[in-house]
Amino acid sequence: MPDDTKSPAPPPTGEPKGPEGAANPPSVEPVPAKKPNDPAAPANPGAGSEKTAAPGGHAAPPKPAGPAATPWTSDMVSRLKQRYGSGLEASTYLGQNYMVADSSIVAELLQVLRDEEQFDYCVDVTAVHYPDREKPFDLVWILYSFAANERIRVKTLLGEGEIAPSVTPIWPGANWLEREVYDMFGIQFDGHPDLKRILLPDGWKGHPLRKDYGIIQQDNEWVQINLGIESGQ
Amino acid sequence: MTERTTTDPNAYLSHLELGEPDQTFLDSNELIINMGPQHPATHGVLRVILKLDGEKVLGTECVIGYLHRGVEKIAEHRTYTMFNPYVDRMDYVAAVSNGLGYCEAVEKLLNLEAPPRANYIRVILTELNRMASHMLWLGTHALDIGAITPLFYTFRDREEILKIFEKYCGARLTTHAFRIGGCQYETYDGFENDVTNFVKFVTPKIEEYEELLTTNRIWLERTKGVGKISIEDCKALGVTGPVLRASGLNWDLRKAKPYAAYADFDFEIPTGQNGDTYDRYLVRMEEMRQSLRIIEQAVGKIPEGPIMAKVPKVMKPAVGEIYHSIEAPKGELGYFIVSDGSTQPYRVRVRPPSFVNLQALDVMVRGALVADVIAVIGTLDIVLGEVDR
Repeated sequence: MPDDTKSPAPPPTGEPKGPEGAANPPSVEPVPAKKPNDPAAPANPGAGSEKTAAPGGHAAPPKPAGPAATPWTSDMVSRLKQRYGSGLEASTYLGQNYMVADSSIVAELLQVLRDEEQFDYCVDVTAVHYPDREKPFDLVWILYSFAANERIRVKTLLGEGEIAPSVTPIWPGANWLEREVYDMFGIQFDGHPDLKRILLPDGWKGHPLRKDYGIIQQDNEWVQINLGIESGQ
Repeated sequence: MTERTTTDPNAYLSHLELGEPDQTFLDSNELIINMGPQHPATHGVLRVILKLDGEKVLGTECVIGYLHRGVEKIAEHRTYTMFNPYVDRMDYVAAVSNGLGYCEAVEKLLNLEAPPRANYIRVILTELNRMASHMLWLGTHALDIGAITPLFYTFRDREEILKIFEKYCGARLTTHAFRIGGCQYETYDGFENDVTNFVKFVTPKIEEYEELLTTNRIWLERTKGVGKISIEDCKALGVTGPVLRASGLNWDLRKAKPYAAYADFDFEIPTGQNGDTYDRYLVRMEEMRQSLRIIEQAVGKIPEGPIMAKVPKVMKPAVGEIYHSIEAPKGELGYFIVSDGSTQPYRVRVRPPSFVNLQALDVMVRGALVADVIAVIGTLDIVLGEVDR
């Protein structure tokens, strides 16, 4: 496994580089976006087997202190950091590299990644909703470079109603992916040629992958008008 | 967007920059027609709105979502283990591949690895599934174009694969063959024998399919030069899988980022040159042979040992995110999973190859004939269950 190493080892592209790596502040955002209000694991005294495994330092169970994100250092990251300074945070988690960029620079950053760093394949565009956060949305781009056989994630935080830059001018394939994000989360994209719903019907109200949208919730009015039934449940 | 109904096809296509119809001796009126959603050649409920000048396609727009079940929403309300069977229902033609991608992604999130024996079993079943998927594609694609015989041949032989699945895990289609951390079931008595016999049985059958089609004049006429797409377009649109390889780029995740036990095997990645429907056919035929090569190598040396890693009964991955993807029969199938430290995933995003590849339809059929649209939908090898999720 050349890229996705299991242990949080140094990423393949980033040669450790002692002095520079040490100069970095030890990762301002150690783990990607924790859900703030989550009750997490309330100790659960019932699950005995799992609890005994953790202090024993057993190799296989997943909670030996928990893997942590480490700073990601590479030539590319230093180049980008030079250009964007504190607006960019680069980390590695479980062998996978990602950067968190300020929403004001992310459009330019993605353009630079395509034009100068050869990330010519936009694998996916997606979002995550954290309703209790000040900026409730994570918008995530997964990029791949055929030339370097390298995959990275770029992430930015968006506020409610904040308009994201569309990457369709950079990667036309993002068209449907952004439409899906709009459909499921209601995030608007600036510069998208035809932003409308894709999986749900055009007239539907609500964005189902938001956390405040219930799992059996539906647009009753739409169902009644278009399907002629009282309810889809 | 404020309208409450969506039946008028004229509402679509307005944003596209479409060419002007040619002047003909009749008139130059454009025609907008619906293909689907109920159409036998769309392999499911896909609606394609075509703007035509006579028989020439000026532009298309796909309307999808008829099969949307909200799989990603369901995931947020299930535990990691409970969600496992749901992924089989996306690309139901290649359920084993879907399961492999999901299990490996969660394993990565848990920071554990399946034991070697499980990985070998996984490779064998996944490659068998790739063959089953390609066989189904070949049969239906040929049927769409007008050749009926291959359908009977491929379905007859695909049955042998499904029998192995059934004997292994009791299910034929939505197999739920793997578990997070390895495999639930040990191989049954005679598994190796069955697989070896299948390889022997099917090798000459692939020649048989090729005999029917490869030099068939009608087949050549209908596929050569149809639905061309370049490497640059593929990259820009994110198209992966056999479609990308038929355009000439040698890229396969089994080689680029080996997972399971693929690094142990010797196999080649077939590529085409022209990026047309015929090359995609040849690439998939060769992929079937390469799958057989992998299966043959794997079945001869399945290591001894456990088939499950030590997985906690209650899975609570540490807070974090992971993206893992595999080479499904249709292309790159990725899972982006976010854990909040609880027993249920905070978010599961599926990156479906069919969904992304379907975007290329418009590029591939512009300027072609209506009949070519059928051929191109077939050659893209989409499964609507995966497009709509």
